[in-house]
Amino acid sequence: MKIHEYQAKAILARHGVPVPQGEVAFNPEEVHDIAQRLGGGVVVVKAQIHAGGRGKGGGVKVAQSAAEAESVARQILGMTLVTHQTGPGGRVVARVLVEEGLQMTRELYVSIVLDRAAGKPVMMASAAGGMDIEEVAAKTPEQIFKIHIEPGVGLVPFEARQLGFGIGLDGPQVNKFVKLASSLYDAFVATDASLLEINPLVVTAAGDLLALDAKMNFDDNALYRHPDIRELRDLAEEDPLEIEASKFSLNYIHLDGNIGCMVNGAGLAMATMDIIKLAGGEPANFLDVGGGANAEQIRNAFKILMSDKNVKAVLINIFGGILRCDVLAQGVIAAVKELGVPVPIVIRMEGTNVEEGKRLLRESGMNFTTADGMDDAATQVVQLAG
Amino acid sequence: MAVLIDKSTRLLVQGLTGREGTFHAKQAAAYGTTVVGGVTPGKGGTTHEGWPIFNTVHDAVQATGANASVIFVPPAFAADAVMEAADGGLALAVCITEGVPTLDMMKAFTFLKGRATRLVGPNCPGLISPGKAKAGIIPGNICKEGRIGIVSKSGTLTYEAIHQLTKVGLGQTTCIGIGGDPLIGTSHIDALQLFADDPDTDAVIMIGEIGGTAEEEAATWIKDHFRKPVVGFIAGQTAPPGRRMGHAGAIIAGGTGTAAEKMAALTAAGVKVVRSPADMGKAIKEALGL
Repeated sequence: MKIHEYQAKAILARHGVPVPQGEVAFNPEEVHDIAQRLGGGVVVVKAQIHAGGRGKGGGVKVAQSAAEAESVARQILGMTLVTHQTGPGGRVVARVLVEEGLQMTRELYVSIVLDRAAGKPVMMASAAGGMDIEEVAAKTPEQIFKIHIEPGVGLVPFEARQLGFGIGLDGPQVNKFVKLASSLYDAFVATDASLLEINPLVVTAAGDLLALDAKMNFDDNALYRHPDIRELRDLAEEDPLEIEASKFSLNYIHLDGNIGCMVNGAGLAMATMDIIKLAGGEPANFLDVGGGANAEQIRNAFKILMSDKNVKAVLINIFGGILRCDVLAQGVIAAVKELGVPVPIVIRMEGTNVEEGKRLLRESGMNFTTADGMDDAATQVVQLAG
Repeated sequence: MAVLIDKSTRLLVQGLTGREGTFHAKQAAAYGTTVVGGVTPGKGGTTHEGWPIFNTVHDAVQATGANASVIFVPPAFAADAVMEAADGGLALAVCITEGVPTLDMMKAFTFLKGRATRLVGPNCPGLISPGKAKAGIIPGNICKEGRIGIVSKSGTLTYEAIHQLTKVGLGQTTCIGIGGDPLIGTSHIDALQLFADDPDTDAVIMIGEIGGTAEEEAATWIKDHFRKPVVGFIAGQTAPPGRRMGHAGAIIAGGTGTAAEKMAALTAAGVKVVRSPADMGKAIKEALGL
């Protein structure tokens, strides 16, 4: 799960990470008031969306006064912000963070993610802050310093010092960095974060370290023990169909194509998208109905699929192991009867009781196309989708 | 010969009294697996479907001589169950549970270090040695005894591979579902090592998916160490970056974890990589010159 910058900063501040003074606003009048409260001087107005690259897209503006902050906010709030991470459709800005303006001397980078290969969190730091870190990693990997954190031990000060000196901080600054890094790791563990990124971490004119930006993602599997974080979910940032699907515990991801897919199992669902593409088509979605899909789940899945008006044909690809093909066939027939699915449906099923399942589909009197194997299914559905 | 489980396996089911645990314990027993009992804290001393239930893994091992366990407990308790299996000295623990928090697994891995237990999973379908035994949810009726090994991150895609093998007349030694989480106990490399040492495995189907770099690491290892034919498939060639494709680990993040990189690495290591998931069985047959 993702959250906004201002929410991440609030969490970090609670764990002792220094962040700029600021507040979130939902309309220009609030922006004016906040700017006043911050002293009436220079403020930064930052669009809050779940995507990076906001500055380049025109979503971050400096204002010299509360009045200017208000007028800047009028431009940003309600704008459709397009960045390299939003896709061409962009996101509508509904909230802005208003922060004190700061004099800074350096922009650094620090983050914590899970290193899957090592099975441990890795803390990364770089002197090249404020830039796209993937680009830094690709072009100048020697500018990125890394340490692995032992889960049972936690971040040890000497490791943080290695990073601090690595990115060129002086003695007093390194001490501040050690404290900040340890607060970051505390926050990472306490919230079951999957990613924590400060880009940039700035050195102010006074020599202090401050998290000027903050990004946190969380482990969905651990949200059950963080009700406070779950409440930070911003539904406006999510696809409406995906929100609907999540209510039925369906794993659905909306894509741009016109072939709706219904598959059991995540790996097979991805493979089905792949084979549709190989056959010259474009999948409209990823949809995993789960290993034990029953009639109810299939009905829900059809509802979601058919809410996507781009869908011109549906491919059902089910490997019945525990789930019997005849039960699946009954579920599909019942759902199609009830919902009146108006597009062609290609069904490929395999596994337990497949012959009985195919017979039920054939004798249903409905316009199903049954396929032999995934190849055949993909070819047929691509043709039917036109 | 098979790897990890066979006729000598004495299987304990952690969470046997739950719905999933009961169903799959019965399926495993019906397949010929020696299921020796279950563990459900607080229900020790009772029986369930004829099996003795114990409060702790330790008690169960003492009483039954169990040497492996399969775990069907809810996500919040799964890492605990894994650690208990390791403490009980079981050689193998197979964690089927999906949705285990990553930090919990990290703790469990720290605990497993220096202990002899091999963990398979979590978030996996488990394993089956056709004709011998199974631990997990892979349906026995689609498998066939034979000489091909399968190692896969995905459940139903494993069934697909098994089905394709059966269609071309080939059976399996052992099918290992290693799971789709970011942190897993048994990697592709671990499974390949087992198949390398198994004289009855002639070739391997390796199924990966987007996310992480496990497939690239396996490619390097295969190049240096593995001498049997390998057919590879990577799911998620068309997956958009930054989106979690069902499995917790199936995400292209920070520019790494793409299918294209994995396919290129495997191809360079001499693996016969198929672009279409429908070609796995055919490709194995060709690789064996049959």
